[in-house]
Amino acid sequence: MTTDAEVIIKVENLHKAYNKVYALNGINEEIRKGEVVVIVGPSGSGKSTFLRSLNLLEVPTDGKIFFEGVDITDKATDINKHRQRMGMVFQHFNLFPHMTVLKNLMIAPMKLQGRSEEEAKKKALELLDRVGLAHRADAYPSQLSGGQKQRIAIVRSLAMDPDVMLFDEPTSALDPEMVGEVLDIMKELGREGMTMVVVTHEMGFAKEVADRVIFIDQGVVQEQNSPAEFFANPQNQRLKEFLSKVL
Amino acid sequence: MFGIVYMTMFENMQTGFQDFCDRFVLNFIEDNRYMYLVRGLITTLIVTFFAVLIGALLGFIIAIIRSTYSKTGKLRILNFLCNIYITVIRGTPVVVQLLIIYFVIFGSVNINKIFVAVLAFGLNSGAYVAEIVRSGIMAVDEGQFEAGRSLGFNYAQTMRLIILPQAIKNILPALGNEFIVLLKETSVSGFIALEDLTKAGDIIRGRTYDAFMPLIAVALIYLVLVIIFTKLVNRLERRLRNSDH
Repeated sequence: MTTDAEVIIKVENLHKAYNKVYALNGINEEIRKGEVVVIVGPSGSGKSTFLRSLNLLEVPTDGKIFFEGVDITDKATDINKHRQRMGMVFQHFNLFPHMTVLKNLMIAPMKLQGRSEEEAKKKALELLDRVGLAHRADAYPSQLSGGQKQRIAIVRSLAMDPDVMLFDEPTSALDPEMVGEVLDIMKELGREGMTMVVVTHEMGFAKEVADRVIFIDQGVVQEQNSPAEFFANPQNQRLKEFLSKVL
Repeated sequence: MFGIVYMTMFENMQTGFQDFCDRFVLNFIEDNRYMYLVRGLITTLIVTFFAVLIGALLGFIIAIIRSTYSKTGKLRILNFLCNIYITVIRGTPVVVQLLIIYFVIFGSVNINKIFVAVLAFGLNSGAYVAEIVRSGIMAVDEGQFEAGRSLGFNYAQTMRLIILPQAIKNILPALGNEFIVLLKETSVSGFIALEDLTKAGDIIRGRTYDAFMPLIAVALIYLVLVIIFTKLVNRLERRLRNSDH
């Protein structure tokens, strides 16, 4: 556990409204270095909105988000600099279809970190090797399976050496037989000490890998606990209902 | 009996062919009249080439402004101006635009007609290209945008490196079509007495009182140009398509 580690993301009183309909209703949260935080909740609960707020893909209506001590909700902050240190993995992979796998991994390090082509390529091949896809380096995304695409998407983010990885339902668009290969990589990342915030429906993953599980519903954190307590001994009525449906 | 019929047919064909040759010589060879077509073709190509450049440049800029506005709400005033431009250009005939630019805007100065034509057709094409490009940008999945931004690319980098390459591939057929339309549209340049290819054919017709030869020749030249251009666009399309099987 990492309760004493430094806070890497701090969320204060986060609100998000779409046309006056509130998706987030005041969330206060801290993510510590090396922590694996899994967020669960029913659909429409605001869990994805919360995750997407952390790197400002959703701009909060109210509240503050501090990343590594910097208020990124401040208009004067250059969010692009901070996003380079926050990897994000999407439900639908969002690989760049007009580039080979290798280019998908190389473009951000080359254009944003000023790495040379050789450097970026070396690193990309290492990462691909790590997820068992080095032989697909020259393929285009459309030639890959869903599981392969998502593994590539994960290492595309890792190529930037992020301090934290955000996962937005990374296995929800996958065929069941491909979920395992993606979760395995995420588990390995977690064990290696990567700070991870994961929105998922994979309760098995939460039980096995999470340091902390957060239940979001109606735009607020209803309950959070260690995975053992969270699943064995839920307090919140809504969480009990939710767990009875998904477990 | 059959021999006589055959003979007459043959003689008819022979005189027909002779007649064709005479008219060909009259329309194109005598007084070097083919030079009208050559000069006209060059003028048409120059006007088309530079109008395409202006149209493409203008079109891309406007498309980026307009899609930036619809994605982020920024550039409100520029977007408003672009809307006016597109509405006016698409709402009025290109001939009227050409005449206004020549006789109204540059009415009091002596100005190169080719320049006027390039300007008019470029400005006109820009409005259509803008809408084509914008549709291409808007058709790229929003997730592509988010992926780019989440890696740390700024808006402009995301546009340039991730969105536009995909958009261009999708709109290439429509863009090629627009440029074919533009090439043929320059045939109204005669309205400002610019001697383009069409006008050249018409001048020959006025000299020889033969409509068939020069006008068919002009039509054939346009046709060949369009076929060549279509082939080039198709080749480019195939090359770009290689990247997503």
